[in-house]
Amino acid sequence: MTTAWIAKNRTTLIVTVVVLVAAYVFYYAKHDIAPSMYTSAWGYAIPLVLAALVGVIGERSGVVNIGIEGQMLVAAFAGFFAAAYSGSLIVGVLAGVGSGLILGGFLAWTTVKWRMDQIIAGVVLNIIATGITSFYYKPGKLLPGLMPSFDIWPLSRIPLFGEVFFTGTSIFATLAILAALFVHFGLFHTRWGLRTRSVGEYPSAADTAGINVERLRLINVTLAGSLAGCAGIYLSMDASSSFERNMVAGRGFLALAIMIMGAWRPLRALAMAIFFGFINAVASQLQQSGNIDVPPQLTGTLPFVVTIIVLAVAAGRVRAPGAVGQPYVKGDE
Amino acid sequence: MSDTPTVAEQAAAPPPSEGSPSGDRQPDRQPLAFLLTHQSGVVIIVALVIALVVGAVLIRLQGVAPLYAYETLIKQSLFVPGGLTRTLQKTAPLVLTGLAVVLPLRVGLFNIGGQGQLIFGAMFGAWVAYAAGGYGILGAVLGMVAGVAAGALVGFVAGVLKATRGVHEVITTIMLNYIAAGVTWWLVTGPLQAESSKTSGIPQTELIPDSAQVGAVAKIPIGFVIAVLLAVACWWMLSRSTLGFRFNTVGANKHAARYAGIDIKRIVTLSMVFGGGLAGLAGALEALGTLHRFEPAIGGTLGFDGITIALLARANPLATIPAALLVGILRTGAAGLQFETGIAPEVVDVLLATILLMVSIPVLGKWIFRSRADKVSAASTSWGN
Amino acid sequence: MTEVPEYDPTPVPTDTAPEHLEAIATTDAVLELPPEKSGFGEGNVGEVLLAIDGLSKSFGSVKANIDISMYVRRGEIVALLGENGAGKSTLVNQIFGLITPDTGTVSVRGDATPIKDPRDAIARGIGMVHQHFQLVPVMTVAENMALGHEPTKAGGRLDITSARAMVRTLSAKHGLPVDPDTEVEDLPVGTQQRVEILKALSRKVDLLILDEPTAVLTPQETDELLGVMKELAASGTSIVFITHKLREVLAVSDRVYVLRQGAVVGEVETAETDARKLATLMVGREVVLSIDKADATPAETVLTITDLHVKDDRDLGAVNGFSLEVRAGEIVGVAGVEGNGQRELVEALAGMRKVVSGQMTLGDLDLTKANPHQTHHAGVGHIPEDREKHGLVAAYSIADNLVINEFDQAPFARNGVRQFAAVVENAERVRTEFDIRSSSVHQSSGSLSGGNKQKVVVAREMSFRPRLLMAAQPTRGVDVGSIEFIHRRIVDARDAGAAVLLVSAELDEILSLSDRIAVVHGGKVVAEMPGRGADRTEIGRLMAGDH
Repeated sequence: MTTAWIAKNRTTLIVTVVVLVAAYVFYYAKHDIAPSMYTSAWGYAIPLVLAALVGVIGERSGVVNIGIEGQMLVAAFAGFFAAAYSGSLIVGVLAGVGSGLILGGFLAWTTVKWRMDQIIAGVVLNIIATGITSFYYKPGKLLPGLMPSFDIWPLSRIPLFGEVFFTGTSIFATLAILAALFVHFGLFHTRWGLRTRSVGEYPSAADTAGINVERLRLINVTLAGSLAGCAGIYLSMDASSSFERNMVAGRGFLALAIMIMGAWRPLRALAMAIFFGFINAVASQLQQSGNIDVPPQLTGTLPFVVTIIVLAVAAGRVRAPGAVGQPYVKGDE
Repeated sequence: MSDTPTVAEQAAAPPPSEGSPSGDRQPDRQPLAFLLTHQSGVVIIVALVIALVVGAVLIRLQGVAPLYAYETLIKQSLFVPGGLTRTLQKTAPLVLTGLAVVLPLRVGLFNIGGQGQLIFGAMFGAWVAYAAGGYGILGAVLGMVAGVAAGALVGFVAGVLKATRGVHEVITTIMLNYIAAGVTWWLVTGPLQAESSKTSGIPQTELIPDSAQVGAVAKIPIGFVIAVLLAVACWWMLSRSTLGFRFNTVGANKHAARYAGIDIKRIVTLSMVFGGGLAGLAGALEALGTLHRFEPAIGGTLGFDGITIALLARANPLATIPAALLVGILRTGAAGLQFETGIAPEVVDVLLATILLMVSIPVLGKWIFRSRADKVSAASTSWGN
Repeated sequence: MTEVPEYDPTPVPTDTAPEHLEAIATTDAVLELPPEKSGFGEGNVGEVLLAIDGLSKSFGSVKANIDISMYVRRGEIVALLGENGAGKSTLVNQIFGLITPDTGTVSVRGDATPIKDPRDAIARGIGMVHQHFQLVPVMTVAENMALGHEPTKAGGRLDITSARAMVRTLSAKHGLPVDPDTEVEDLPVGTQQRVEILKALSRKVDLLILDEPTAVLTPQETDELLGVMKELAASGTSIVFITHKLREVLAVSDRVYVLRQGAVVGEVETAETDARKLATLMVGREVVLSIDKADATPAETVLTITDLHVKDDRDLGAVNGFSLEVRAGEIVGVAGVEGNGQRELVEALAGMRKVVSGQMTLGDLDLTKANPHQTHHAGVGHIPEDREKHGLVAAYSIADNLVINEFDQAPFARNGVRQFAAVVENAERVRTEFDIRSSSVHQSSGSLSGGNKQKVVVAREMSFRPRLLMAAQPTRGVDVGSIEFIHRRIVDARDAGAAVLLVSAELDEILSLSDRIAVVHGGKVVAEMPGRGADRTEIGRLMAGDH
């Protein structure tokens, strides 16, 4: 925490302080509704964080993944039905994460090895996901039990934060926070991160430095799929205990917008996801309290509208990794 | 110092595409749209075959004989009474949603918002046709115009954001899909809900009077005729007009387009407006011709099928007709297939996704022809550009 | 073709400097080396470090390298000379493992195992400084230099402090100062090149390949670099460098291989050759003497640029108060090292880039806020510096490219409908007039050779008889025949009354064509002088900012 570091990250620090202060003020001022709003905001944000991290890892490596929606859907499906049929939650979790990995591998292989257009690959993934999950959908199945929730003592004693983040949390919530921290640390403080970023910014420099660009991209995109799997299982096995067709409802795409607004930085994406969750909570709150007479169908579109507005403002100011979207082709091909 | 070596030296100077040593990006590759229009039809046939095999596996796993299933599919869509008309009726909006993707694709944009543009067009088309019902054919025409306008508006939002702020159209169009779904859902369960619907509980708008509906002439749906005409018009525009030249140039090399004095922002926005309008018309035709009202499920898979069709058609407007026909046959037949064999219609999704996958692998062409395949470049996949 | 000499086991005394092995007869001075820098360290002076035998590589039907054989000894500096397209880059890319050869072997210290990839090449002691820098723009110097062999602390943590220290050490050792913490994209081009060189030297290197290392340097910086090369060779590092500048070849190399159309056409000891012989070898014929031009008879002022300010892509000032006048019937050459605002200047003049302040007028038309469509129709012809990016649409036919900025005007279009007959007719006429070699006007321009591509661009811009012709790097990457042709046409345009603004990083081109020269540095004109009798060294000094 040197003075130079503080100077460089001035804006972020100021914004963080302001937001924290405002959050606490609101918490104490509106003690009746604030805690539940915050909790619902965080609940909404959890899958978004995980999904956004999938996007961050992929794009930092130079690969666009618009198939996160499909990955989440298949994982939600696989996790739920595997658990329901096998009678074991653990089997469900493994199935969900596994399917995320497999689809990640699919995307990685088709775009890196087969040089398929990355957006088309994502579109194909989404179509297959919707198709297969609807094709094999069977109503009336039930989960064998509930996912565990627990308190993390002593963190749960912190006012506001303790209540929201560390009381009655699920593993996914903890996972989301840890994943964001890990990916941040990985990208900016490890050798893997430096190489990944170079591959996403200017792959030929990485190539001539002796790094295997294709292999790194394959590994990163595939492994990132596990996070998409977690996001999916959260939806069908934790946040709710059912699977509905098309239940991901656009969250995979929202996550991409969050990734952009977070400037491809994990911790900012985390913050953005929580921000979105909060918007959603505000919308529901307004609805319930009857203060504003806006029909629920319209408030449901609020996250999407906000996304467009924020992107319109912010998109010009953030810079994507330089080589995103282009397959890397070596000199003699 | 004699000048002789000078000229020779210059001859050996490095070429511009490797030029600026300040670390330029890799040179622009062949854009997707160009690649698509120049790849071979054999690849498509091979892709079709592979997809049929994959589908066959799925069908077998359900305990049904694949050949029988495929036979039923074709029979149900083409050979039962009224089947051909139904198929053509289904193909019409598919041609249009295909075109809705093709036009922006030629400019280098991915319009994934066909679904939302279509629903909006359907809603407003239905309403205007209902409101103007007393005027007969005029009602139908006004309904179609309203549909085009509504869809164009949605497309415009995405287009202008991309052109002026550089917001990637893939995200905005998807967001708009959800927004359009929400807005139309609200309208159909609120202000525009039909009286009968309030009691039946099925969200619908009022029935469009017969005179304003769009029917068929000699078994060929008028909607299909309109769609074919538009496909031809789009083809003509792209290959013969100066506007089309602008579209193609921006898609082929936007830097050269700027150099040539083409207003890139205008063309980008216009392509999305056209795309949105075409999808909106598809929606209006569905409302006017097929359902005769608006229902939330009106879109179905039309929007996303449009993407598949555009890519199968290699971004060529005329080729959207056979591609749409293929999808139309599959979709129409799928309902009958379910009835006869119990196989869920989503099997068609898997078939189409497989075709799309196979057709989009550049290496596939290489394997088939053992020659250098062109390298694919995404139309525009960088979020900030 | 050339015989690889037998390995000579007789040791040579280590205090013998390489210069003593050759009689020096080159015209330019060879830098003096301090005595303590001579000697090789381990190894023998005759040891063959790199041997290439029968190397061939084709890309589809194009034979880039045909049966090439060459060798490099320890401590030698070998130059690879050749026209654009001769196959030099392809050759060195195979040595560095970026490309795999079709046939033939590359042996490093006698070991003929194929070099799989850059990692392998680096492990075997080969380093490369690329013409097109392989640096990640958003990363710092230290990060770029560490890439691929990053120092780590416990647990995989990146050890940036060590990386920084490494940069400073190397920087001092080779006399190439760089700041480890600056992002590469913020560095001027000459400094970026230093980073690129240090990056190569940060590994253990026995053979260093340099691909067109002086393309972006001022004459003074070039001399410094040549000095560094000499020192490296003296301390035992062999060097292979690609260049098209005969001056450099003669100044610093021990031997030269001349490539033409993919094959080695000559291997000479530098001491035994001269510029003329090398040029003839490079081109395969006696090269026609320089352009014959009459004196200029300038008329009225056509272009007036007043205190122009333009920003670059990163929002920094590129053109900073540029003022210049160009009259009809004269060629004004803007001389300067790349990266001093020339690109932004020309783009602003063409209407492709926004002007922050200042003014540009063409006659009495104010073009400051004009877009490319308007400037074109005002009579400005623009031969862009990057023909692939701006000048041509590779997918389009020659015919379409020839009307790319007139496609919506009569006779090429009527009421928004294109008139193909007129387009083709125009193309046929222009193709003949400008001698564009192609099978037909319908051939896609992407498949043309560099020279013919440039001819399409030049033809297009000249065929509409512009009032002002702007030519940016007009003969870069172009074969000799086309260069002569293009230079001729530029002078013809001048003689027909056009005002010509020539922007070129090739000083010789400027000197040969310009009636008046303006030297640019830091985004503004630092000196103007008549073209006739201009002093090359003086200009070099001004280009470097020494004024």
